[in-house]
Amino acid sequence: MSDRTPQTPPESAPSEGTPHPEGHADASADHLAAVATTDAALELPPEQSGFGKGVIGEVLLDIQGLSKSFGSVHANRDVTLNVRRGEIVALLGENGAGKSTLVNQIFGLITPDTGTVSVKGDTTPIRDPRDAIRRGIGMVHQHFQLVPVMTVAENMMLGHESTRGGVVLDLPAARQMVRELSEKHGLAVDPDAEVDDLPVGTQQRVEILKALSRRVDLLILDEPTAVLTPQETDELLGVMQELANSGTSIVFITHKLREVLAVADRVYVLRQGAVVGEVAAKDTDATGLATMMVGREVVLSIDKEAASPADTVLEIEDLHVRDDRGLSAVNGFTLSVRAGEIVGVAGVEGNGQRELVEALAGMRKVTSGRMTLGELDLTTANPYTTHHAGVGHVPEDREKHGLVGSYSIADNLVLNEYDQEPYAKSGVRQFTAVRENAEQLREEFDIRSSGVFQTAGSLSGGNKQKVVVAREMAFEPKLLMAAQPTRGVDVGSIEFIHRRIVEARDAGAAVLLVSAELDEILSLSDRIAVVHGGRVVAEMDAADADRTEIGRLMAGDH
Amino acid sequence: MQTVIAWATRNRTTLVLLGAVLVVAYVFYYARQDIAPSMFGAAWDYAIPLVLAALVGVIGERSGVVNIGIEGQMLLAAFAGFFAAALSGSMLVGILAGVGTGLLAGGFLAVTAVRWRMDQIIAGVVLNIIATGLTSFYLQSGQILPGVIPNLRVPVLAEIPLIGETFFSGRSWVATVAIILAVGVHLALFHTRWGLRTRAVGEYPSAADTAGIDVERLRMVNVTLAGSLAGLAGVYLSMDASSSFERGMTAGRGFLALAIMIMGAWRPLRAFAMALFFGFVNAVGSQLQQTGGVTIPPQLLGTLPYVATLVVLAVAAGRVRPPGAVGQPYVKKDQ
Repeated sequence: MSDRTPQTPPESAPSEGTPHPEGHADASADHLAAVATTDAALELPPEQSGFGKGVIGEVLLDIQGLSKSFGSVHANRDVTLNVRRGEIVALLGENGAGKSTLVNQIFGLITPDTGTVSVKGDTTPIRDPRDAIRRGIGMVHQHFQLVPVMTVAENMMLGHESTRGGVVLDLPAARQMVRELSEKHGLAVDPDAEVDDLPVGTQQRVEILKALSRRVDLLILDEPTAVLTPQETDELLGVMQELANSGTSIVFITHKLREVLAVADRVYVLRQGAVVGEVAAKDTDATGLATMMVGREVVLSIDKEAASPADTVLEIEDLHVRDDRGLSAVNGFTLSVRAGEIVGVAGVEGNGQRELVEALAGMRKVTSGRMTLGELDLTTANPYTTHHAGVGHVPEDREKHGLVGSYSIADNLVLNEYDQEPYAKSGVRQFTAVRENAEQLREEFDIRSSGVFQTAGSLSGGNKQKVVVAREMAFEPKLLMAAQPTRGVDVGSIEFIHRRIVEARDAGAAVLLVSAELDEILSLSDRIAVVHGGRVVAEMDAADADRTEIGRLMAGDH
Repeated sequence: MQTVIAWATRNRTTLVLLGAVLVVAYVFYYARQDIAPSMFGAAWDYAIPLVLAALVGVIGERSGVVNIGIEGQMLLAAFAGFFAAALSGSMLVGILAGVGTGLLAGGFLAVTAVRWRMDQIIAGVVLNIIATGLTSFYLQSGQILPGVIPNLRVPVLAEIPLIGETFFSGRSWVATVAIILAVGVHLALFHTRWGLRTRAVGEYPSAADTAGIDVERLRMVNVTLAGSLAGLAGVYLSMDASSSFERGMTAGRGFLALAIMIMGAWRPLRAFAMALFFGFVNAVGSQLQQTGGVTIPPQLLGTLPYVATLVVLAVAAGRVRPPGAVGQPYVKKDQ
């Protein structure tokens, strides 16, 4: 590290450096301008910091002909890709395109069937995560790999504990490590906080710092921004940029084209397990990427007529609801939704949205406040009465509250009405009616399955969601509540579900849309309510909505 | 000093409770010198195998493996220890055979429930059934132990009134080992690398896996090693508490130990305290029987510890939280 003196003017580097191998001449100038301001780069030897050698270095990760099957499903087919030192590579693709499978193979969680993964020229197969870590690979997982009941410091040292005498844990040393890393990367975390008590954004920081607490040449980020606010996302993108500048290579999975275009150097697009395209980020745009992902032109924005709202359907006034831990989650929530409009509830997850929806659906007790659906007092209603009063509910957790995985699609489509005519007569089920209903809905909602008697659990995420949406829309509800309706759903299905939601509105339903995806809220809603801390902090017409402004409000800055 | 104060503040409820229990115990001890010492002794005698067995449960469940086969592990070890000693004529051989059998029985659970991912409850039940079957079938009457396990008097500590005479004198070294193990497992679980990893594996195995820890191996090692503690508990039953092996002599202690583990919130020292509490409930039962002042059938009095289990479990349920991944085999992504 000492061979690099801080006096060397980093600004002079671009002219001396060899041209960028990918031809990013202008990008590298910016890149280095950014580098000049980061201390991290100065601490590294030239071959890592990029100074004097060009910004992006030699090939660090090289994957050749990688294939992996699970039973008859080809998760990856003949994938070939490479990542250079200091480069940010985005993997883009729909759900089930095989992105996670691919990176899990790099990290040793999954063993490839054929093909090689070589890291820094070492082609021996990566056996397990321990092996991957030893070779300088770090990973931030889609589902945080943190032990909830342990502190940040304990989580960070897990697997490479600082000890006294090789046995006894040295917690002060771990705390010190957390503080140093936290300071170095500008990601604030409290080493003694229990992970369970931290908001998701902070947990994400812990995940990243945990990966960085070991020597990392290649950092894999599996959908890191899924749970972040726009501000937190920007912060993360900044950190990624800074890491890349200091010589770390990054492989980055996301669904969000905006992020890819903002931060990636190169993009690989995967479809059905295979790489269908490789492109430099500066040579493409959102439409180009989406088209490559889906294999056809995708309508990224929804065409909808202006809303023509009628009478108020749902009224919520000063609602208070507690969460599972008995803490106040919804704090004086007030909102009304009229027939024929879509009201979007925007907010970072964990600000009472889940509890609000569950209370409305009759699944959770209300502490105080009023909510009415026409004549019906929803505060005392149960799911049965709310359904029969005309509330359609697309729940956030479709596996748990939306479907019975072991039941057939047909049975799932009549879960609310199985005991009603025509699906049952005098307490006896009418299977013909059930089947006919299912066949009609399957057609109408484009549920891709082998038949209506396939179990719902065996469907892909998008098709499961279509089953739920079909059931909740088919009875023409007066109020449709959709909580995270397109979470974990591929682009094609998102487009379809969005269209159906708008159609429900046009048919006169009041729609309450709760989503952590700001893009979804912005493109679907007629009116937007921003929640923070369990209450509406701002309400606006979608036409006047400003992305940054909403992001700021979501983060609690109001 | 500061760390001591911080520790005391963190554990103030426990400390206050402990103090209160001690005060009551000493008042009772000095007020009723006629019955108190023997009652405390009986309580600890009853608690010794429960402490060991509860530790087996704690280690297993902290690693994410339910061990419902503690009963069977103890029974097998009690059997093996007793007959190995009787047939070889050496107490040491008996003890080693007992502990070794516990280890094997632990290994059985490790292989079936962890490696083969058999349902953990069923694997434990299988173990219990095998234990009952084998020990009944090969039982020989007329065997006697060649000697006794020597007593151990811990210097200095034995002089303390009540505590010294209950815990540190007049009992075999198995009792002392049980105390050391309870403290040792506590320290290991919360202050060592092994403990951190074990808790991670039992709480959120995929986090441990991605941190480079071999989940399956750690679980197997823990479940197997814990078996040796069940072995020691079995040895205590057939070679120390009594000097004979009887059919089904564990009498549900393995299950009681699981209840104690739950009431002890999966923490070794609290489980130790809970085992003592049960011992004391049992001693109260026996005392009532002897005094004869009350006319309760002895069979009913004998159920006292189990009734207490029900009551305390009903109160404890919902207040304590089991390790997050307990009972779930860990399956890697591509298996």
